[in-house]
Amino acid sequence: MHHRFKFRQVCAVAVGLCIAALMGSVFSARGDGDGPRYFAVMNARIVTGTGTVIDSGTVVIANGLIQAVGANVTVPPEAWVIDGKGLTVYPGLIDVGTDLGLPKEEGSEGSSTGRGRRPAAPSGEVAKGPEDRPATAPWRVAADELKTDDKRIETWRNAGFTTTLTIPDGGIFPGQATVIDLAGDRSGDYVVKAMATLPISFKPIGAWWGFPDSLMGTIAYVRQVFDDSNWYAQAEPIYEANVTKLERLPYDRTERVIARGERDKEIILLPANNAVQILRALRLADEWKINAVLYGGQQGYQVAAAIAAKKIPVLVSLKWPERAKDADPDAEQSLRELRFRDRAPSSPAALAKAGVRFAFYSGGLSTPKDIFKNVKKAVDAGLAPDAALRAFTVDAAEILGAGDRMGSIAQGKIANLMVTDGDLFNEKTKVKHVFVDGRWFEIREEPPVDQPRDHKTDDAPSSQPRRSASEAGVGR
Amino acid sequence: MKFRILLALLLIVTLRPDCVRAQSSGAPANNPILIQNATILTITHGNIEHGSILIRDGKIAAVGTDAKAPDGATVIDARGQYVMPGIIDCHSHIAVDGSVNEGSVSVSSMANIADVLNPDDISIYDDLSGGVTTANILHGSANPIGGQTIVIKLRWGKPASELPFQGAFPGIKFALGENPKRSNFTLPPGVEARYPATRMGVEETIREAFIEARQYKKQRDDYNRKKAAGDQNLLPPRRNEKLEPLVEVMEGKRYVHAHCYRADEILMLLRVANEFGFKVRTFQHVLEGYKIADEIAASGAGGSTFSDWWAYKMEAFDAIPYNATLMTERGVVVSVNSDDAEEARHLNQEAAKSMKYGGLSANDALKLVTLNPAIQLGIDNRVGSIEVGKDADLAIFNRNPLSVYAVVQKTLIDGEIYFDRDKDIAARPALEKEKQDLLAKEKKASEEKKASEKPEANPGKKPDQKKKRPPSVENGAAAVVGGGR
Repeated sequence: MHHRFKFRQVCAVAVGLCIAALMGSVFSARGDGDGPRYFAVMNARIVTGTGTVIDSGTVVIANGLIQAVGANVTVPPEAWVIDGKGLTVYPGLIDVGTDLGLPKEEGSEGSSTGRGRRPAAPSGEVAKGPEDRPATAPWRVAADELKTDDKRIETWRNAGFTTTLTIPDGGIFPGQATVIDLAGDRSGDYVVKAMATLPISFKPIGAWWGFPDSLMGTIAYVRQVFDDSNWYAQAEPIYEANVTKLERLPYDRTERVIARGERDKEIILLPANNAVQILRALRLADEWKINAVLYGGQQGYQVAAAIAAKKIPVLVSLKWPERAKDADPDAEQSLRELRFRDRAPSSPAALAKAGVRFAFYSGGLSTPKDIFKNVKKAVDAGLAPDAALRAFTVDAAEILGAGDRMGSIAQGKIANLMVTDGDLFNEKTKVKHVFVDGRWFEIREEPPVDQPRDHKTDDAPSSQPRRSASEAGVGR
Repeated sequence: MKFRILLALLLIVTLRPDCVRAQSSGAPANNPILIQNATILTITHGNIEHGSILIRDGKIAAVGTDAKAPDGATVIDARGQYVMPGIIDCHSHIAVDGSVNEGSVSVSSMANIADVLNPDDISIYDDLSGGVTTANILHGSANPIGGQTIVIKLRWGKPASELPFQGAFPGIKFALGENPKRSNFTLPPGVEARYPATRMGVEETIREAFIEARQYKKQRDDYNRKKAAGDQNLLPPRRNEKLEPLVEVMEGKRYVHAHCYRADEILMLLRVANEFGFKVRTFQHVLEGYKIADEIAASGAGGSTFSDWWAYKMEAFDAIPYNATLMTERGVVVSVNSDDAEEARHLNQEAAKSMKYGGLSANDALKLVTLNPAIQLGIDNRVGSIEVGKDADLAIFNRNPLSVYAVVQKTLIDGEIYFDRDKDIAARPALEKEKQDLLAKEKKASEEKKASEKPEANPGKKPDQKKKRPPSVENGAAAVVGGGR
């Protein structure tokens, strides 16, 4: 089986090369299901993500996995070779909180996902209590709703992101988040871990006509849901052992799904951005005895030690607080707000120092450019670049429970890689190649579309030679 | 003079520090403190002129005229000043994240204030500046049975987990009358009104909830009994977050604080409580309490009222400012509460009003905001008076606190200084500078950002954007707005 595949690959290489040369477009390695499956990036600087850096080495990719990595490794004859001279190979970046693949479509999903998704409406079904399961759809799985034509998938991938945690939006239990790799033919190819985490929001949904309409009501509701799922986990085996003696159990999708998630130690994401919310979430995680990960984390600088003591990881939102663009310029600003906006980017450094494991998420930032800009702020505020890389790679993978298969450049890991022409956190650095599950994407600067002729377009020719150079570097 | 006080208050409002954490670490709790040369209003043992209070390990170690400072003690010279027990606000909604009402349902007892304590609420600090040290944080009055409540100490700068008054009973809010029946609310069109809409409905809602809670308790007790007898094939009862606190009420493990106005509804709740075997701990507001003071006194409930608010809604038309005095005279334990973050800053004055209305003695007036609310909250063994062994929760005023000119100088909780007027004033310039620096830093960053983005914009090709910035119009509008102020 393995052997037969190799033959096909060799043919595909030839065909692929022709197409690539003729089309001159970004070449998707398995675009038609038959791309090359063997690659070697040679003579490149390799930052493995786990602390080791190989100044000049080779990464061999075979059938979607990293087959070998090191200074002296044998390159299989069937591999496509990329000359990595002057290039750096990093593990593919992981964005641990986005709706990539779940683009918002107004009103298109309301009915299919139950009352949970709808914002509180003055008419129709209104929750009268926890038993009505308001804004609750934990059975939804992002994997099942992936839209692979989401343009942002390509944008993120071109920036070096190979993986995201895609989180459904809306509601207290909006549904389960999925770890996806950003390439594939069909949505199923994207999915790494379908039911990766169960996100919770404490945002009340009602407006005094629907339960819950307050933060405390929302927390009380979540508590009741955990009570109920614990009850189900306890009651179900008793019932099954006594079906002729006991009244049958009512069917409640929510408690059954969550009971299963808890049994499988599924990660539960709790919202916690400021210090008060973080300490509250730590307390609730204890009380509910759940496998919690916090998300938000932007005031971590105040309570890093408390988080470290609980050994609970944090997903840090890179959407640093800013003054609202439409804010009244004359409006009084509180010192507390100003301090928060000033210090939020120092949270990652504080978390790192305290020994808290954390990862980054774009949290609504609309471009990868903004992500890097905002990571830079964290680095400027004291976060070691190494730690920043870990947060985007190894630590992200481990927090998501996928550390055994991704997050670093090591033999056997999924071949998610980014190849750059410089240091990851240098603004001038360009991503040259990205591998997702061993699928090769060459990244080229697209000529600006709809852009008037200004100095930027004048710059364009200068990128031309580099482009052809890297093309020339691909071959056998 | 009055103007000056007003100015001072205004200054506190506008220049209040957003985060004066440094102050809370003023004196470590284990370092002895001696407050000397003060007029001490002990509440329980009269007033002591030129008195001193020794504080050790957060407790009052000695009170009298001859307490001496031990080695290493911090001495607070309060010459000409007055020390009273820290003020206790029996009805407060400060330090809460999000809404204080879970108003969507008639019975919201699953909601718990303890879950949403917000130690960063500036009202905590404001209230400290009014000498308040303890507050009963209540759920709102939107429901016949509201959420669970908690007594806190105003330990500004400490995390939420350190606010609760350890050992104080948890409570639950009930509400009668116009608020729970939604008399004064306008619902958006198309929204179904919530039950109940009448006082009868309020009673029915409470009774129904307790009937449900009684069944719930029975089910649980039955299960435990059968399980103890060895039956392993039983389905466990579900835990119900709404009914648990009601069971605790019936078991005497949770206080009922009932918002109420009219005499008839107060008597109604006493009958319902009697039926289900629980006590109402306090009637809150209880504006017509003076009409049925004997009945309230006989029930053992306290009355926590306003000093002089009336006629702001139909059910407040029979309210009179003599209420506190009249109830006191009939043997009700009465407190005066704020129900409001601002009002809480001058509860000493609110208490003083009962000297004018009904002629309460000075000491009895002070009791309204110290010992009496402590009794009502079941914490009078710890706070509410200046006695040896009690918590060193104290407010130091520059004058007799019953004077409108009295201003708090220092507020202590557990022997720790949480508000110090001099330090507050001294810290303002630095805080203001920090603020201006941060503003300047932000401004600079945003200008740099603009400058770096500008070359990308092409004014020739983007007429739309240009249209959005017609300087003349916007500046004109801004000028009008500015002029309006």
